[in-house]
Amino acid sequence: MTARAVAVVDPGLLTLVQDLGRPGWAHVGVGRAGAADAAALRRANRAVGNDDGAAGLEVLLGGLRVRALAAVDVALAGAYVAVTVERAGGAVERDGARRVRLGAGDVLALGRPERGLRTYVAFAGGLAVEPVLGSRASDRLGGIGPAPVAAGDVLPVGPPPPGPPPAGLPPTWPADEPDAPADDQRDVPVLRVEIGPHAHWFTPRWPGVLCAPEGYVVAPSSDRVAVRLDGPQIPRTAQALGRELAPVGLVPGAVQVPPDGRPVVFGVDHPVTGGYPVLAVVRSSDLDLLAQVRPGDVVRLALALSTGR
Amino acid sequence: MTSVRVRRFGDAALLVELPDLAAVRRVDDALRAARATSPTDPPPLTGPSDEPSSRSRAFLVKSCRGTHDLASDARPGARAATERAVWAGVEDQVPAAESVLLRVRAGTDLRALARAVRQVAADALDSDDAPATDRPLVVLPVTYDGPDLDDVAAATGLTVDALVARHAAATYTVAFGGFMPGFAYLVGLDPALVVPRLATPRPRVPAGAVAIADRFTAVYPAATPGGWRLLGSCPTSLFDVARDEPALLTPGTRVRFEVAG
Repeated sequence: MTARAVAVVDPGLLTLVQDLGRPGWAHVGVGRAGAADAAALRRANRAVGNDDGAAGLEVLLGGLRVRALAAVDVALAGAYVAVTVERAGGAVERDGARRVRLGAGDVLALGRPERGLRTYVAFAGGLAVEPVLGSRASDRLGGIGPAPVAAGDVLPVGPPPPGPPPAGLPPTWPADEPDAPADDQRDVPVLRVEIGPHAHWFTPRWPGVLCAPEGYVVAPSSDRVAVRLDGPQIPRTAQALGRELAPVGLVPGAVQVPPDGRPVVFGVDHPVTGGYPVLAVVRSSDLDLLAQVRPGDVVRLALALSTGR
Repeated sequence: MTSVRVRRFGDAALLVELPDLAAVRRVDDALRAARATSPTDPPPLTGPSDEPSSRSRAFLVKSCRGTHDLASDARPGARAATERAVWAGVEDQVPAAESVLLRVRAGTDLRALARAVRQVAADALDSDDAPATDRPLVVLPVTYDGPDLDDVAAATGLTVDALVARHAAATYTVAFGGFMPGFAYLVGLDPALVVPRLATPRPRVPAGAVAIADRFTAVYPAATPGGWRLLGSCPTSLFDVARDEPALLTPGTRVRFEVAG
């Protein structure tokens, strides 16, 4: 019997191995990384019976093609893509399946998402690449963990999870899930933010600018490190002009405003410390939404008051 | 009792704001010790806040003015157990120049943690104990052959020999990390050696470069662009993921440089 593994035929634009990240090392300069849309990775893992934190593939803008070297169950979540299975016997199946059983030699091919950015592919048993500091996450800022996958890579897959395959999970992507197929009726994504630790560096009218109904446009330079926003500048107070902030620890979702006044929202590969004031912080529950905005998309920010917890 | 400001940093972190690096060192050590001695039970997953609405409102009003220090609302006794348990919710502790960030697991009670943090930090700052000197001492061999030696000597009015002697004479302390894996900002630099960064950073600083900038000195763990002034090179591996403790220089570690060759 062939070892459980998948071979990468085409990685598409950028495909990374990710799990739920690498906590506990920020004090020595190693960030957490992990799936940008963690909820999507969890959904994909659950659909094949994996633990939530099993490693899968984070596929940027589709285009991935992988060949199963042994039979394996696969599930997808996140940005919706059409899925094609090229059976080893030559037959080709096209559908919107989110769960697929691949036989040895079958090729799974992802189309391009019409909206959203990142699709997650989970393999029953999880990708069994060598963990680094307790995680298989690929940290592109710190250069820790697996390199981006390349054509020809063979990725080992762990033993299938015990118990029967999960029943009752819908085989297709339900229309009411965040990873639903494109829906033109959907509103502009709204990121809820709390007031950040350095909000007093900015003029008191900042909420009217940051949270204006027109929103901001996601800049092309956005990536896993940060989503950069084009739109109205956030002015500092007179006292804060020209002032420098001592380096301070960061979290994903921190909205940092450099002297040019253009907000930057940090993502999962954020530097562990930053040197510009943090005006606001995106709610943890909205980070998955942040992971799916594309350059050119409009996003709105909305002030969410602390729940006091 | 010294008052310590502890702010929310989003819904999954707290920021402890401190006056200077010495305070950061004390509070970072004390917080790490408190976490190490706390029960290892999983943190309590709290339900909806049980705070009275009037208190929440007061908190929100303060928030809108940008001074949202978490209200000091200790309730003696009743929450002591919770406060001990909340330490287990802390996943990352990140000291920096004037702050310590505590990043927590989802569901951790930030209010209870803030109370516990405020207490530990205040006790640490009020303590008369001298800063810990029993921290590990790492001695790093340095070949002082850096490309900026002459410029730094000229800027400081020292000879190159005097500059090297002063850099190698001090005992430094790791203040904090950041910038890249294994990078450590070392404090304790001779004030005569304080020079600004390069106006234009180098596109590539080699791994092992020993450098100074502002009041800090450091060794680059890997090649990277960088704007510090390069004094020499050190062959010691500062960061290796194959080691149990991948970073050689963790916050609080003491460091000396030894002239090699």
